[in-house]
Amino acid sequence: MKPATKTAKAAATTPYDPGAREDTRARSLVTPEGVDLKLRLGDAGERAAALFIDLAIMLGVLIAFFLLAVLTMVGTKGKGWELVGTLGLLVFFILRNLYFVLFELTPGAATPGKRAMGVRVAARNGGRLTADAIFARNAMREIELYLPLSFLASSGDKVSAWINLAGLVWCLVFVLFPLFNRDRLRVGDMVAGTWVVKAPTRKLAPDLVETSRPPVGRFKFTQAQLDAYGVKELHVLEDVLRRYESKTIALVAARIRLKIGWQAAPYESDGDFLAAYYAALRGRLESRLLLGKRRKDKHDKS
Amino acid sequence: MAELHLKSYRFRAEREDDWRRLEKLLTKVGKGSARALSDEELLAMPVLYRQALSSLSVARATSLDQGLVDYLESLSTRAYFLVYGTRSNLVERVGGFFTRAWPEAAKALWRETLVSFLLTLAGVLAAYFLTLHDPDWFSAFVPDSLADGRGPAASAEAMRSTLYDHGEHKGLSVFAAFLFTHNSGVALFAFALGFAFCLPTAMLMAYNGAMLGAFLAVFGMRGLGFEAGGWLAIHGVTEISAVILAGAAGLRIGWTLAFPGDLSRPAAMAQAGRQSATLMAGVVVMLFCAGILEGVGRQVIQNDWARYGIALATLAIWPAYLYLPRRRSAA
Repeated sequence: MKPATKTAKAAATTPYDPGAREDTRARSLVTPEGVDLKLRLGDAGERAAALFIDLAIMLGVLIAFFLLAVLTMVGTKGKGWELVGTLGLLVFFILRNLYFVLFELTPGAATPGKRAMGVRVAARNGGRLTADAIFARNAMREIELYLPLSFLASSGDKVSAWINLAGLVWCLVFVLFPLFNRDRLRVGDMVAGTWVVKAPTRKLAPDLVETSRPPVGRFKFTQAQLDAYGVKELHVLEDVLRRYESKTIALVAARIRLKIGWQAAPYESDGDFLAAYYAALRGRLESRLLLGKRRKDKHDKS
Repeated sequence: MAELHLKSYRFRAEREDDWRRLEKLLTKVGKGSARALSDEELLAMPVLYRQALSSLSVARATSLDQGLVDYLESLSTRAYFLVYGTRSNLVERVGGFFTRAWPEAAKALWRETLVSFLLTLAGVLAAYFLTLHDPDWFSAFVPDSLADGRGPAASAEAMRSTLYDHGEHKGLSVFAAFLFTHNSGVALFAFALGFAFCLPTAMLMAYNGAMLGAFLAVFGMRGLGFEAGGWLAIHGVTEISAVILAGAAGLRIGWTLAFPGDLSRPAAMAQAGRQSATLMAGVVVMLFCAGILEGVGRQVIQNDWARYGIALATLAIWPAYLYLPRRRSAA
């Protein structure tokens, strides 16, 4: 019993954690074909990071425009001010009010910041993400983002400083709104009927059974040795093998050998042993799965 | 020899090419637009999507390769959003907005529009009579930055000169752009504030009316009421209507948040939010027109009657466009 606990602990720092912790973020989205896509909500940290990336991009564009404007003014000896002024106001307006809208209208439904964090906007009812919803969720940024920013930026004497502070506290209700509801909706999501879900682009990793082909034949496990673990442990083992950190590999291999009573041959490689055990265990569990028996973990006696 | 017994391994080997093909199409769309796909690829997309979905179901039931299941989940989700996502192009969307969505939203929000209008009117009347009675009220309603030298203390001549331009048409586009961006910002703000249970929006509407009333009162006191009316109405009809509509949109979301009605609160909010957002997009369009009328039209046109003419035209056009019943399209 103890060795496997250790195995789980070794993998606890990995991004994939099949434990119950992630289930609070899982939302079912059943497609018209009847398959549940099991969406995961974007968490607060990811969304805040995405926002900061977007703000940085907006600021970068503003600075670039400002430099360009200065160059134009110098180049035209001040005659171009009308064009520069008009463009400047419009660029600022478009950045402030349309940056998010335009990017979220693209097929990816994500701003560059969201794309970088692997999240996107989706309609909560699973239907189409319409333009009015995108406009609504971003119009609410007025009170969620720009109003608090303006309170932060403004300065004044003692009285107006207190008024600003009161305003800021009031704004915090809107800013912190996502932290106080189950679906991590910000005010704009609430108003528009949208939410932000993870849409990571995963690469198809090679099948571990395939990569472990050469050494497999050298290892023969008995039925009892393969019945030591269940699906949960198999997934942890898969994760360990995919990351392939030599320290963890050695640790996990030692634990499993102890648990199943395996006598290591001289010069037996830890990685080969684990790969072979993984393939054999998966074969065993999958064949039982076909008969309708899913062994959840090692405590599952079915 | 274990892999020969693994059905999940063979399952994957047989279908992998189709998954990769779908993934390639998705990447292509992600980089460009849906137009990046050829007709053949467009037709293949739903088929590949359904194959990926069925692979996902099978993999969940039979495969214990977590990497594979995760990959298929991500692939199916991306494909789902593309297959069932919006695919009408920009021209169709913009066309649909002007011919259908905007007027419908305006009609649906007529109650809120009426309330918003009455609030503004109450502000106008209150400020007008208060300022007439005691000119000191002017400074209470109008901030100094906006008064710009106008006020109870200014002479009639000085007041008159603020109404007419003196032949210098410099920087009109900057002025128009400033008015448009500033007013749109205020309108969006009024809309967003509606979320706080209507109150801030309602106050903003009344205050906006009060500023208008105070202005009219000081010009009226100098016998410049008619001229000031022309100066204001040429763009004001459009601008004030837009602000009233923005207030209506804000009131709708605040009201729905407090009293969702038959639907659940989130569902009611989403419905109200989308409808008011459509109206708000229209408000931005109106403010764009108002910005041009104010920034350029008012400076170029110096004749009172011409100003009133344009004001009357806008007064007829906007309500006719938004509220006149129209034939439903056959589709």
